[in-house]
Amino acid sequence: MAVIEILGLEKTYTVGFWRKRPKCALKPLHLRVEEGEIFGFLGPNGAGKTTTLKLLMGLVFPTAGSARILGLDFNHPQVKAQIGFLPEQPYFYDYLTARELLEYYGQLSGVAAKDRSRRVGEMLDQVGLKDAAGVQLRKFSKGMLQRVGIAQAILHHPKVVFLDEPMSGLDPMGRREVRDLMEQLKLQGKTVFFSTHILSDAEALCDRVAIIHQGDLRGVGAVAELTSSIQGKVEIVWQGTLVPSSLRALGADCHVTGDAIRAVLPEGRQDAALEALGRERLRLISVIPVRTSLEDYFVAQLKPVEETAGATA
Amino acid sequence: MSARIVHIASNTFREAVRDRVLYNLIAFALLMSGAAILVGQISIDIERLVVINLGLTAVSLFGMVIAIFFGIGLVSKEIEKRTLYTVLSRPVQRWEFIVGKFFGLAGTLVVNTFFMAIGVFAALLYVSHRFQGSDGWVLVALYFIILQFLIITALALLFSSFSSPLMAAVFAFALFVIGSFAEDLRGFAAMTQGVTRWLATGAAYLVPNFSALNVISSVAHEQPVAGQLVLFNTLYALIYAAMALCGAVLIFERRNLK
Repeated sequence: MAVIEILGLEKTYTVGFWRKRPKCALKPLHLRVEEGEIFGFLGPNGAGKTTTLKLLMGLVFPTAGSARILGLDFNHPQVKAQIGFLPEQPYFYDYLTARELLEYYGQLSGVAAKDRSRRVGEMLDQVGLKDAAGVQLRKFSKGMLQRVGIAQAILHHPKVVFLDEPMSGLDPMGRREVRDLMEQLKLQGKTVFFSTHILSDAEALCDRVAIIHQGDLRGVGAVAELTSSIQGKVEIVWQGTLVPSSLRALGADCHVTGDAIRAVLPEGRQDAALEALGRERLRLISVIPVRTSLEDYFVAQLKPVEETAGATA
Repeated sequence: MSARIVHIASNTFREAVRDRVLYNLIAFALLMSGAAILVGQISIDIERLVVINLGLTAVSLFGMVIAIFFGIGLVSKEIEKRTLYTVLSRPVQRWEFIVGKFFGLAGTLVVNTFFMAIGVFAALLYVSHRFQGSDGWVLVALYFIILQFLIITALALLFSSFSSPLMAAVFAFALFVIGSFAEDLRGFAAMTQGVTRWLATGAAYLVPNFSALNVISSVAHEQPVAGQLVLFNTLYALIYAAMALCGAVLIFERRNLK
């Protein structure tokens, strides 16, 4: 069942003071997100990711098109009660403490008074802010604010969670924690739609991704499918600091990293390469077929437009 | 009233309190104490008149400054800081947000006025050693001041819904000044002819008539306020504030939060 169905959603802004001219932020977008999946909305900065999320949240109005969330029109009040949203680089009422903020959002989301305090406590615990519950948000670090942001987005047990660049600006530990939280949401059966330009996060988390560039949808698919096509190359890693000349003769592209060497070469020369390593008595670490990474796919989707733009410039 | 409006209003009140808006009461208390002591020493028989005039004018000005400078940021600051995003992505209608903000600031101003009123009466008691019957009219003057706050708060919200805080402050302050001379503007309109008369009359009736809501001087001179004026001013202020609020809602309902 499609939980999010975007039906030709489009946004054009008018820019300029004297000579007004249209600026297309999002070309007609058609997209379906299925129940219970983590869906990554990928694109470089300024691609139209945030515009799409703002349209779905009713913060900006579409020039054309519509969307359905949980089978209802995306502007339906019932929809708002069943979704959670974390904006990009969130900023909250900094005069409130974390507990007060979540209490307030709980009130606005219609969480019953008898459950609110318990839910707030659970959320603060879940995002690791129990000890900072009584601290005003103006004293919070960026990572702590991001955690509060996630807590407010899932406080009311939404069925669908929209996260705009949830890992942006976080340190590696913070990113890991957010990733774990998103995986927990999936385990709870929630649908997660998140935008990012950090491809490793998308690759690690997403069931499916869509790639958007210059307001235009370039590709959609399951991460496993997009990254499964073997390029006909193999990566061999062994321990050592010198590359045997016999291996160079096979046309291997070698990189030395610490006390290991990584060589990429055509699949047909794999046996010859392994024999060469055996002759030199070098310790083999791994042999892995080279697959198309999400990054390769992402770059491939963006390239045509950039080349076209380059040709016309 | 929807529960969400109450929650937004109480959060706005909390914001005002934590942003130290009510600290103006300290300045007001100092002003009233100083004035009462000074007036008690230099005035002969007009202590009450001076204290009422000074006290109520200060209540009005302090409140107006808060209404304008806090009111202009009510919407624009939330857009600028993007705090609005997490509110409007919940089951909160845009009109509920505007109305909640209005009641939050109006409530702040009422509480502020209540404490300042205590200061005025304390100063009055200090200079005349007892209350008298005509002091009750001071309460009517304070009520009219609160009505003025409702109008200016709604106007500040209206301007805040489509312009920058600076421009909203300029518009709101300009209307406050012009509105304070609304009766003079109407008198001027009556003296003109032709198109000028139409334009001046239109402008005179468009701006809020703060002069009709200002009975400070007559109350200071112990003149009673007619019940009809109380009724008329109440209706006028409520209708004017409601219209300004409707304007704010209409604009905000269509606004893209970029």
